Amino acid sequence: MAHIIDIDGLDGLIASLKAEFDVIGPIVRDGLIRYGPIGSVADLPRGWTDVQEGGSYRLEPGNTEALFGFVLGPDSGKTNLFPPRAPMWTYREGSFSATPDSTRPMAIIGLRACDLAAIAIQDEVLLNGPYVDSHYAARRSQLFIVAVNCTTFATNCFCTSMNTGPRLESGFDLGLTEVLDDHHFVVHVGSEAGASFLAGLDQRQATSDELAEADQLIDITANSITKRLDTTDIAQFLADNLESPRWSAIAERCLACTNCTAACPTCFCTSPVDTTDFDGSAARERVWDSCFSLDYSYMGGDPVRSSGSSRYRQWMTHKLGTWIEQFGTSGCVGCGRCITWCPVGIDITEEMAAMRAEVLAKEAR
Amino acid sequence: MKPRLAVLKFASCDGCQLSLLDAEDELLAIAGAVDIAYFPEASREYLDGPYDVTLIEGSVTTEHDRNRLRQIRQDTAMLVSIGACATAGGVQALKNFGNVDDFVSLVYATPDYISTLSTSTPISDHVRVDFELRGCPINKHQLVELIAALLVGRKPNIPTYSVCVECKARGNPCVMVAHGTPCLGPITQAGCGAICPAYNRGCYGCFGPSESPNTDSLESWWQSLGVGDDEWIRTLRTFNAGAPPFVEAGAKTEARR
Repeated sequence: MAHIIDIDGLDGLIASLKAEFDVIGPIVRDGLIRYGPIGSVADLPRGWTDVQEGGSYRLEPGNTEALFGFVLGPDSGKTNLFPPRAPMWTYREGSFSATPDSTRPMAIIGLRACDLAAIAIQDEVLLNGPYVDSHYAARRSQLFIVAVNCTTFATNCFCTSMNTGPRLESGFDLGLTEVLDDHHFVVHVGSEAGASFLAGLDQRQATSDELAEADQLIDITANSITKRLDTTDIAQFLADNLESPRWSAIAERCLACTNCTAACPTCFCTSPVDTTDFDGSAARERVWDSCFSLDYSYMGGDPVRSSGSSRYRQWMTHKLGTWIEQFGTSGCVGCGRCITWCPVGIDITEEMAAMRAEVLAKEAR
Repeated sequence: MKPRLAVLKFASCDGCQLSLLDAEDELLAIAGAVDIAYFPEASREYLDGPYDVTLIEGSVTTEHDRNRLRQIRQDTAMLVSIGACATAGGVQALKNFGNVDDFVSLVYATPDYISTLSTSTPISDHVRVDFELRGCPINKHQLVELIAALLVGRKPNIPTYSVCVECKARGNPCVMVAHGTPCLGPITQAGCGAICPAYNRGCYGCFGPSESPNTDSLESWWQSLGVGDDEWIRTLRTFNAGAPPFVEAGAKTEARR
C-alpha cells in the first residue's frame, strides 16, 4: 500500500518533523550537494543534477524541476551518524567522566538505497558487535529516515552489482519516489513512526497506475546502470591474489590521501586521540583514521604497511573480501563515492576487473 | 622548578615565533607552566642557558649561523625546529637552485660586504633535532599541543598524514574533484586545518611533504587539469622548496623537459 503527497505535502512533512527532530537534507553548498539543516522544501536542490566521473564531480542545472534529480554528493548517513570527531571522556582532578552524545534527534531526508545499506553495515559494526559505540547508538536510536528511490543514476553507481539499490527495500521510516508528471511523491511506509507522520499530512491512497509509474522509473534507473563489479567468489579471489602485480600498479597512482575512506559510507576506522591541558586535565576524542595513513599501522617502532600498495590492498581486500567473513556482508554498497572522490580517479571496479582479467590471461597461458 | 624555555631565530621572518604570542587563550597558562628564559621577540630579559626546551625558527644561511647553532645545541636538552625555514630551508632555499653570487651582485650595492653560504638549509642538516613543527607559519594549536605534550612527557599529536585528512574532517569538499582546482593537499602534511580548501582554493603546500607523497601521480593529474611543467615546478618551489621530496619532483620534471 502506498500514498501520494504533493510538494506541499512534503513541505508539511518537513514542518511536522521539525517539531521533534533536527531536520537534515540535501542542500547546495560550495557548488555541490551536501547534507545540512533544512527548514522547508525551498532549501532542497530543486533543478540541480550531478555529473560524476572518476575524480570529478560537477553540479549542473538539470532540465527538470526535480527536488531529488541528483544522485549523491560526498555526504552519506555517516556524515551525521558517525562524524569525524567525537568527544569520548574527560579527566579532571583524579576522576574520569564519559562524555555522552548530546545531539538532538535527527531526521535525515534524501538518503538513497545504497545509503541505507551502508547504515545497516555500520549498525553491524558499531551496534551489533561485542563493543557498542555509544555515540553512534545514541544518534541511531533516535533517527528518522525519509529515503528517496533513485530515478536517476551517476556513471559511478554500481549498486545493482552489490544488491543494494536503486530500489528502497527496508531501513527507512518513509520512502519517497519523486514523479515529475503532475509533480508528486509516491510514499511507502517503512515504520510505525513513519505511518503516524504520514497520517498527519494531506495525502491520499496511490492508484495502481501511479504505483506502476513510480515503479517503472526505478526499473529504468536500475537498467541504466552499466558499471559492474563481479562479486563471484570475491573474498577467495582476493585472498588468492595478495601478490598480484596489480597492487603495485594501483600504488603508482594512489596518493594515499584517505579521500576514499572518508567518502566511503561504511569505512569506520578511528583512532583515540588523547590530549592534556596545562591545568592537569585531559580528554580523549574518537577521530576518523584511515588504513591509508602510516600511523594507522604503526606497531613496534614502524608502520606495518609502509608501501602504498600494501595500504591500498588492505583497504580493498577488507572492503570487498574479508569484510564478508568479519561482518557477514560486503563492506561495499556500490555508491561509487570512492571513485568520484579519489583525486586521481582510481576506480575500484576497474581495478577488480583488471585483476580478474590478469588471472584469466595467466590461466590461459 | 619549571622547565626553562628559549625561543630564537635564524634566517626567517619571525612569524613562527609570533605564533606563540598569538596563542592568546593559552599564553598565560604556558607562561605559568614554563620559565620563559630567552625570547627576544617578547622580552628584554635574556637569561643564559642551559635550557630544557629551545624552539628554533629560521634556516641556516651563514657560517656564523652554523657555529651559533652548534652552541645552542649544547645549551639545550631538547631542540625543536619550528616552521618551514627551520624544517626545510624556507622560501630562501630558492637560492639552492641558482648561483648565490649572481643574486648578491644584483641585490647589494657592495657585494663584498655580504658573507653568505650558497645554500639555505634546515636546522636538522647541522645538528640533531628532537622534533619538528612544520608550516609557513606553524599552526598555533600545534605549538600549544607540542608544549602541553612535552610538559607531561607524552607523544605530541602532530599527524604526518596529508592535508586531505583534515580537509575531510573539516567537512570541505575536495576542490580538485568538485571544481578541478589544482591542490597540493594530497602530498602536503596536515597541520594547518585545511584553510585554503575551506575557502575553495587549492593547497599551497605550506606544511611541506606528507609522510608518503606520491608526487608523480599528482603531477600527472595536474597535467590533466591543464597545469604545465613550469607552473608545477613553481608550485613545488615555494615555502618548502628545499624539502627533499619536492626538490626531487621538481628536478624530475626539469630533466624531462
